[in-house]
Amino acid sequence: MTPSTRRLALPSVAVIVLLALPVLLGFVGLDSWTFNFAFAVLYAIAIMGLNILTGYSGQISLGHGAFLALGAYTSAILQQRYAIPYLLTIPAAGVLCGVLGFLFGFPALRLTSLYLALATFALAVATPSVLKKFSGLTGGVKGIILDPVQPPFGLSMTPEQWEYYLSLVIALLLFLFAWNLLRGRTGRAFRALRDSELAAASYGVDLRSYKTLAFGLSAGYAGVAGALFAIDTAFVSPDSFDFPLSLALLAGAVVGGLALIDGAVWGALFVEFLPIVAQRGLEPVSKQIANAAPAVTYGVLLILIMFLARDGIAGAGRRGYISLRQMAGVGARARGPGAHSRDSRDSREDEEARG
Amino acid sequence: MLQGIAQQIVSGLATGGIYASLALALVLIYSAMQLINFAQGEMAMFTTFIAWSLLQAGLNYWIAFLLAVLIAFVGGVVVERVVIRPVEHAPPLTIVMVTLGLLAIFNGLAGMIWQYVVKTFPSPFPAQPISVAGVVLSLQDLGVIAISLIVLVLLFLFFRYTRLGLAMRAAALYPESSRLLGVRVSWMLAIGWGLAAAVGAVSGMLVAPIVFLEPNMMQGIIIYAFAAAVVGGIESPLGAVLGGLLIGVMLNLIGTYVGFIGNELRLAVGLAVIVGVLVVRPAGLFGRRQVRRV
Repeated sequence: MTPSTRRLALPSVAVIVLLALPVLLGFVGLDSWTFNFAFAVLYAIAIMGLNILTGYSGQISLGHGAFLALGAYTSAILQQRYAIPYLLTIPAAGVLCGVLGFLFGFPALRLTSLYLALATFALAVATPSVLKKFSGLTGGVKGIILDPVQPPFGLSMTPEQWEYYLSLVIALLLFLFAWNLLRGRTGRAFRALRDSELAAASYGVDLRSYKTLAFGLSAGYAGVAGALFAIDTAFVSPDSFDFPLSLALLAGAVVGGLALIDGAVWGALFVEFLPIVAQRGLEPVSKQIANAAPAVTYGVLLILIMFLARDGIAGAGRRGYISLRQMAGVGARARGPGAHSRDSRDSREDEEARG
Repeated sequence: MLQGIAQQIVSGLATGGIYASLALALVLIYSAMQLINFAQGEMAMFTTFIAWSLLQAGLNYWIAFLLAVLIAFVGGVVVERVVIRPVEHAPPLTIVMVTLGLLAIFNGLAGMIWQYVVKTFPSPFPAQPISVAGVVLSLQDLGVIAISLIVLVLLFLFFRYTRLGLAMRAAALYPESSRLLGVRVSWMLAIGWGLAAAVGAVSGMLVAPIVFLEPNMMQGIIIYAFAAAVVGGIESPLGAVLGGLLIGVMLNLIGTYVGFIGNELRLAVGLAVIVGVLVVRPAGLFGRRQVRRV
């Protein structure tokens, strides 16, 4: 295999597995999980967006749930009030959130990273109460109930399967776009301003445009994910978009692996399935513990990952792969055995450079 | 009308005193280590639950109060030693993530131990109002203001007149020189965390009778405390106190007299204050402007 085909091999296998997933689930009798996987895919889109902002361009957002809410409500209101076909509401939500995110990027320019975290934290906490206030538009506490979608063209699949494929196609397109963007000039500029704004500026990176661009893109991704949220659940309500959602997205981005494209996938699977696993595993022990377990797990993992391996699951996977190849004697580059925790940042950089 | 406004101002000062204590906790940690502890509110909530359990066990209110403050202090020191110290010199993003992790852990643990059911928390002050010059004041509000003031004065005296307080100030301002003079800088930071947790615990126990005790009770309060700290300038203790009182009074007046804002948009007002101050005057009212040498 030439290096380029080898590099494409793994993603291709992944895409094939993802396409065949509903069928595979059917074989093992887990049809009911299709809905969860559809949700995991939309989380992956949102986390990819957050990754562009926090992972690549180094701006912390604790408030991405707010953009998700905006996307979901845009889709729901367009469908319900203006009878717009649900497929069209997806790009509408993406564009609206993208523009607003871009605009939010301007005041964010003036904030240092700690203050940005603070402001977005407040945004996330305030979101549900704002949604409740404008009840004429948002339906208040009761939210908006939508008609569940049906597979088009008489396709013989369940609505959940259709939702899964719809999300998956959109996600693949958005991932391709992000991958293409981030491995090129724009991605380089993002990483440069993340690592040192001063150095980036003196190399001619226009901080204003790139920082606001990262915000816009990131919010746009969240908007699309939000629209899919509304479509999949056929219901939006303020309390779905509370602070724990924003925290879960951030935890997903960190656990999956910041600044690594596939990190979003691992992060999304983690965010969607951790509560389910916790519920099933711990409910026999105690309902109370089962309900609180995901929060504690997020917390412990966030801290452990910050201590040990800042590049999350995806980074750990890469390092494991590299050391396996070394053990097998094919290791291209020598790496000391101590190259695990301390220089995880360096290895991340290397990975990024190779795309 | 005037009496009504006076009443709103006094009860605004009471809630403002609570925001001020929590803001003070944030400022204590920020001025020592330049980091924002997002878990401050959850730590306060957790110790309030501990106080609740002590009360359930039949302890006298004030004994439970002091015990909870003490436990909070020890807990704060332990958290700093175990969780914060390893990332002390890490970039801001890392430390933010770690404090968010703490937030999630304390919230989840509280849910596990005490459940997500709303509990009432007693107030040590009688509910009946008194009338001063035609203005009806609740003893509850006055008591809360008094406790907040006592906390502030104690902190001031501690930092101004004790050797430990002096050492802590030195460690925050000039870590290198203090170390050369024999101050154990790292331990000073841990004690700072302990003090912050203790002050936060007081705010939690004062606010619990008003908002009811449950794992998410501090989520709104911490936003107002952030707003208070930011308005006052995040490195200024006096600023945090005045900021807290200002926010408390402002929210009360706006909530009562501006119909559109009402109760639902109070958090949005907090958000607007935070973003507005940070964008227009990041140093706040009392902070010194940061000058960065390039």
